[in-house]
Amino acid sequence: MNQVAEKVSNSADDTIVSVDGIAKRYEGGVQALKGVNLDIPAGQLTTFLGPSGCGKTTLLKIIAGLLDPTEGEVRIRGQKVTGPGPDRSFVFQDFALMPWATVIRNVAFGLELSGASKEERYEKATKYIAEVGLKGFEDAYPHELSGGMRQRVGLARALAVNADIILMDEPFASVDEQTRRKFQDDLLDLLAIEKKTVIFVTHSIEEAVYVSDQIVLLSRRPGKVANIFTTDLDRSVSPDEVRRQKNYLDSVDEIWAILREYLQEDESAAARKVRG
Amino acid sequence: MTIFGKKVHIIFSLFLWALVWEVVGHTGWFDIFPPLTEIFKAGLEIVPTDKFHNAMSITLHAYFVGMGLAVLIGIPLGSLMGYSKVVDQLVGTWVNIFVSAPLTAIVPVLMVLFGIGQTTVIASVFMFAIWVIVLDTRAGVKSVNPSLPEMAFSFGANGWTVFTRIYLLAALPEVLAGIRMGLIRAVKGVVIGQLLVAIMGIGELFELYSRNFLFEEFWALLLMVFAFAFATAEAVGYVERRVEFYASAR
Ligand SMILES: Nc1ncnc2c1ncn2[C@@H]1O[C@H](COP(=O)(O)OP(=O)(O)OP(=O)(O)O)[C@@H](O)[C@H]1O
Ligand SMILES: [Mg+2]
Repeated sequence: MNQVAEKVSNSADDTIVSVDGIAKRYEGGVQALKGVNLDIPAGQLTTFLGPSGCGKTTLLKIIAGLLDPTEGEVRIRGQKVTGPGPDRSFVFQDFALMPWATVIRNVAFGLELSGASKEERYEKATKYIAEVGLKGFEDAYPHELSGGMRQRVGLARALAVNADIILMDEPFASVDEQTRRKFQDDLLDLLAIEKKTVIFVTHSIEEAVYVSDQIVLLSRRPGKVANIFTTDLDRSVSPDEVRRQKNYLDSVDEIWAILREYLQEDESAAARKVRG
Repeated sequence: MTIFGKKVHIIFSLFLWALVWEVVGHTGWFDIFPPLTEIFKAGLEIVPTDKFHNAMSITLHAYFVGMGLAVLIGIPLGSLMGYSKVVDQLVGTWVNIFVSAPLTAIVPVLMVLFGIGQTTVIASVFMFAIWVIVLDTRAGVKSVNPSLPEMAFSFGANGWTVFTRIYLLAALPEVLAGIRMGLIRAVKGVVIGQLLVAIMGIGELFELYSRNFLFEEFWALLLMVFAFAFATAEAVGYVERRVEFYASAR
């Protein structure tokens, strides 16, 4: 990276994560990913979308440094990823909260592991608990919270360590639709303040189009990048109006058309199997 | 238990059986069953004696040392088995043999190894208590939601931190259940150990009472042992219920 690029590294279109020739083959022989190449711009929300089992979680965990790729490498600002790092934090689909710890201790856990003092931990945790809208629940235990609230704890924990990149694996998959929509809006509001790079995995086309700046469509297993869409929504209007915008509706249709093709291919493949 | 559709408290059913015992005792049909009130009287008589105190202290010593060792070794061993497939395969078979084996048969072997004395009794307590602790801890560690260690790793934790801060705490309910069962088995271990060694502790008292047909004293001692086993297990059970929310949140 040259001097000039360094200086403009916080401009919106700068690549922060580059995925280069990633393949992943699990023990037991499942080829989850093959030849994935991808540049993820800083300061934006990028979504991985694709059929079930296509390797979205696998790719996200490789970026997180939780899984080693079989081939290829991931670079963050040009640095090869060899494991988890303080520049990335992960939000888990099943929240991954410690049931024996209160909300504030859960939120402060990342800070605790990085060796922050108790005062600093609690101060930051308190701030982010308020930011995700859970003020007053600091001393509650996870089992006392609803699914949506638990995921807010998971989000606060990821924000509290102040990583530049937040990786979210289907964060809203196990919350109900109303909570989900509220959460999506809150997330967008929060990101407008926090200026993070977010990589987001979802099953839902509507959710992907609604929250993303960029959507990466992965093909069926072994997953590779099939298509990249940039959505260009006017977010200055109300959520309902955003969902009525032509851009929004067109993107949803376009992505659905591609995913439907995968589905039909799956069906005809299954039919061939039955016949043959 | 319900009678005539009403819930009956456990104390009430205990009381009922005690009453039956008392009545049977007064009939004098069986020498071996003296009336319960006589047993309590005998109990009150033996408790203040020096002989009883010495027997108790030597017994409790063996019990707690053996139990302590079982916990100190059982929890790490069980955790390792849950954590690592290799260790599990290496020692799993042995643990399973020991947990179901008639351990009484092992005590004479322990006697050969450790001599006729307190060490053998401690070893016997240990052998009775440890295996269930190992197996329960293993099950607890195995059932930890894999997202939790992954979460800790993602925040930069190393293997040891993940082990102590996630696995051990997440497995706590199972570990406690193992300790509770271990405590009960350890009572068996201490009594059987002392009976076979035959010259010490409450084992010696049991010998003495039964050889001389002192059934009141014999039953008094036995009931005290039962009460002790029940009380220690209940104490751990109490702690277990306090951490019960773990289970509901998993
Ligand atoms: N630990 C593992 N060992 C073996 N195979 C695995 C493992 N984890 C995932 N797989 C397989 O790899 C493929 C990709 O899995 P992955 O979880 O990345 O998919 P996904 O796109 O996140 O799916 P979903 O939408 O259902 O969450 C799947 O076929 C899965 O069965
Ligand atoms: Mg997934």
